Amino acid sequence: MSLETSSALQRAAPRLMADAPVLTMAGMSRAYGAVQALRAVDVSVYPGEVLGIVGESGSGKSTLLRMMNLEDTPDNGDYRLRLPARADRNLFELDRYERRMLRARHIGIVYQNPHLGLLMHHSSSGNVAERLLVAGERSFEVLRSKARVALDASEFPLARMDARPIELSGGMQQRVQLAKAIALEPSLLLLDEPTTGLDVSVQALVLDTLKRLQRERRITMVLVSHDLGVIRTMADRVMVMRHGAVVEQGLADQVFQDPQHPYTQQLVHAKL
Amino acid sequence: MNANSFILRVQGLAKTFRMFHLEATLHAFEDVSFDLSAGEFLLLRGHNGAGKSTLLRTIWRSYLPVAGQVLYQSRHGEIDLANAADVDIALLRREEIGFVTQFLNARPRVAAQDIVAEPLLLAGHERTAALEQARHWLDQFGVRRELWRAYPSTFSGGEQQKVNLARALILPQRLLLLDEPTASLDAGARAALVSRLAELKAQGVAMIGVFHHPGDVAQLIDREINLGTRVVAPAQHEEPQYVAV
Amino acid sequence: MSLATLTKPWAATSYGFLDASAKRELRRKMLKAVAVPGCQMPYASREVPMARGWGTGGLQVTLTLANPGSVIKVIDQGADDGVNAASIRRFVSSVSGAAQTWDTLDASIIQSRHRIPEEILRENQVLVLQVPDPEPLRDVESNISIARQMHADADYGKLWLTLYEQIVRKGRIMQGASYPALVNGRHVITPSPIPRWDVPKLHMSKHLTILSAGREKRIFAVPPFTRVEPLVFSDRPYLVEDHAGLTCQRSGLSGFFMNELPMDGGGSRFEVSDSNLGIKAIRRTEGEPDGIGDTWYRNGEYSA
Repeated sequence: MSLETSSALQRAAPRLMADAPVLTMAGMSRAYGAVQALRAVDVSVYPGEVLGIVGESGSGKSTLLRMMNLEDTPDNGDYRLRLPARADRNLFELDRYERRMLRARHIGIVYQNPHLGLLMHHSSSGNVAERLLVAGERSFEVLRSKARVALDASEFPLARMDARPIELSGGMQQRVQLAKAIALEPSLLLLDEPTTGLDVSVQALVLDTLKRLQRERRITMVLVSHDLGVIRTMADRVMVMRHGAVVEQGLADQVFQDPQHPYTQQLVHAKL
Repeated sequence: MNANSFILRVQGLAKTFRMFHLEATLHAFEDVSFDLSAGEFLLLRGHNGAGKSTLLRTIWRSYLPVAGQVLYQSRHGEIDLANAADVDIALLRREEIGFVTQFLNARPRVAAQDIVAEPLLLAGHERTAALEQARHWLDQFGVRRELWRAYPSTFSGGEQQKVNLARALILPQRLLLLDEPTASLDAGARAALVSRLAELKAQGVAMIGVFHHPGDVAQLIDREINLGTRVVAPAQHEEPQYVAV
Repeated sequence: MSLATLTKPWAATSYGFLDASAKRELRRKMLKAVAVPGCQMPYASREVPMARGWGTGGLQVTLTLANPGSVIKVIDQGADDGVNAASIRRFVSSVSGAAQTWDTLDASIIQSRHRIPEEILRENQVLVLQVPDPEPLRDVESNISIARQMHADADYGKLWLTLYEQIVRKGRIMQGASYPALVNGRHVITPSPIPRWDVPKLHMSKHLTILSAGREKRIFAVPPFTRVEPLVFSDRPYLVEDHAGLTCQRSGLSGFFMNELPMDGGGSRFEVSDSNLGIKAIRRTEGEPDGIGDTWYRNGEYSA
């Protein structure tokens, strides 16, 4: 942490937590031309935890999330996921095929823009089924019933399960994305501004669904948002990013009630 | 002293708030030290602004201390809450340390009985039994039966407070931090609260409390400590204004 | 420097019409295609005296394979006597000296548009299929560069998805001809617009099949004894056209793929699509030796 932060005690390494992190990133750096998008960022996410990443546009939070989804590769950095029956190795060493399969089986993502996450002209159930098809499911009835279960868990109205996303409202599109993301019970669920751009009332309903899923399934989540309200509702721990670096991290209530870094204080002020 | 004779040992604990936009530092308290044993009830005294609530929140780690130690004997071993890793604090909050306020963090579309049962479910209790207990405590705190399956986000403040207490006290913790839980509580619920606290205390739960009217819990108090008045902050600011509660 | 120093002296057309380098290109790409079953290999498709889309891909393969000992059969929708089929057959024969035949059993090279003959092909026969559009992913991914990456990644989720959606919307898979099939467990191909009836004939067959698209400049192959599995859901069996119960009005054959001839008044007549098989059957009714070989289908059931 920079010298600017207040004089709070440095925190020790975890001692009581017996579980190993699901996600570990170390020394993540990435430059795009002259822009240093990430500066030596370290992240750990523990099982069942919701990590919120907050920061303004250009802070590097979305770049970091793209790395977590193996959509981009850093200049430097080590990324590991603790997955059942998989060797522990830096995931950036995987080839494109292995990355794709790992992503399909173990990582779910909900994008702010549903066009990134959905085939808009295929059916909603088909969007969910495609994920299962990539993972090798070949029974039509199983595809159908698993798609139904996932859509139902995302509180998507089943009467419309074969409607095309292009015909649906923004909130419903996000539910289809969510259903697709959770259909294979991923080890990691990534949420990139999942409710940004939705009406406030719709946003509340989608967040509510996410909370319920988190409560019932203990899904490990990483949530990126510039909206402190969303982060506060969802996150157990918060990481504050600025100019590609982590300026502060802590328990959500601590970051919001006792922010240590001038930038975080500014953010919290702005929210109030 | 034998390491096992206290559950919490606070030594030289200090908290200041730095407010960068004012280029100012608020001193909440400093050099606070005390020990707390299992089953002991400690009352924090002091005038407004002495930092009583701030001290509770510093132990709970909503606030980060700037100096001192908060040695806590967890089931997993001794740990200093003042500098413990965030995930360790989160673990202790799930399993061992409770914080009781008058405010409920109601969530939309979660029924009262589910909110109350949640700590038991997270601790691995079976769902039917957990709901059974939840209904028992809602009843004890005087929440009417017809509200148990309703969503507390629409309840009155008083009813929300009762749901909150039922939730906060359903799972026996090892250490309870009580931040004016009796404020604005009706007599029946207050009696239920005191009796539940007495029961937990008898089970060995250690408690630190801040009460507007300590008389409410007079029979529980074992010891008091008085937070000094050497606070630099203006009296009307118990906490810095940016604090979101 | 004069024109004469820059050009070769005039000579009659090369053997087999194509020049040596064109044939070498075809041979190399055919070998690659055989080496990686089902993988589309780009090749330098030449001009031939025929318009693109009329079988130029198949013709270049046939011209490259043909030699004076070859016996050429060319069919169009199962028929040897179509104008296009007859023209191609005569052309190949005239530029290579290869013999011509209508009989599937006699042929060493069979070039075909839209059908695989009903009689079982042997180890020493090559089937050349004309392919209008070699890309099975065309409908799900219009960007051909991305489609090639998808093949590289065996990323066929979207293709499966279209089959899923056909069942959801119509209750069954609507794909008729060009039914996508997985070759050797790795690459999905379109088997050219052959009917579903013919796709099983490619699976673990004794003969070599080369599929060539002249306009699209892609060649791919199904080597002998290679798995060719149509994409089907485990609980939705692969169905071939419902032709098993139809009878050919001219030859009396039944249990083979038929052409439907609409009649005045709304009815239909059927004729066996494999015309040479029909001719053999008619000969049989006239008391001549029929010479019909073993067929993939028996009594309308695939049994090879």
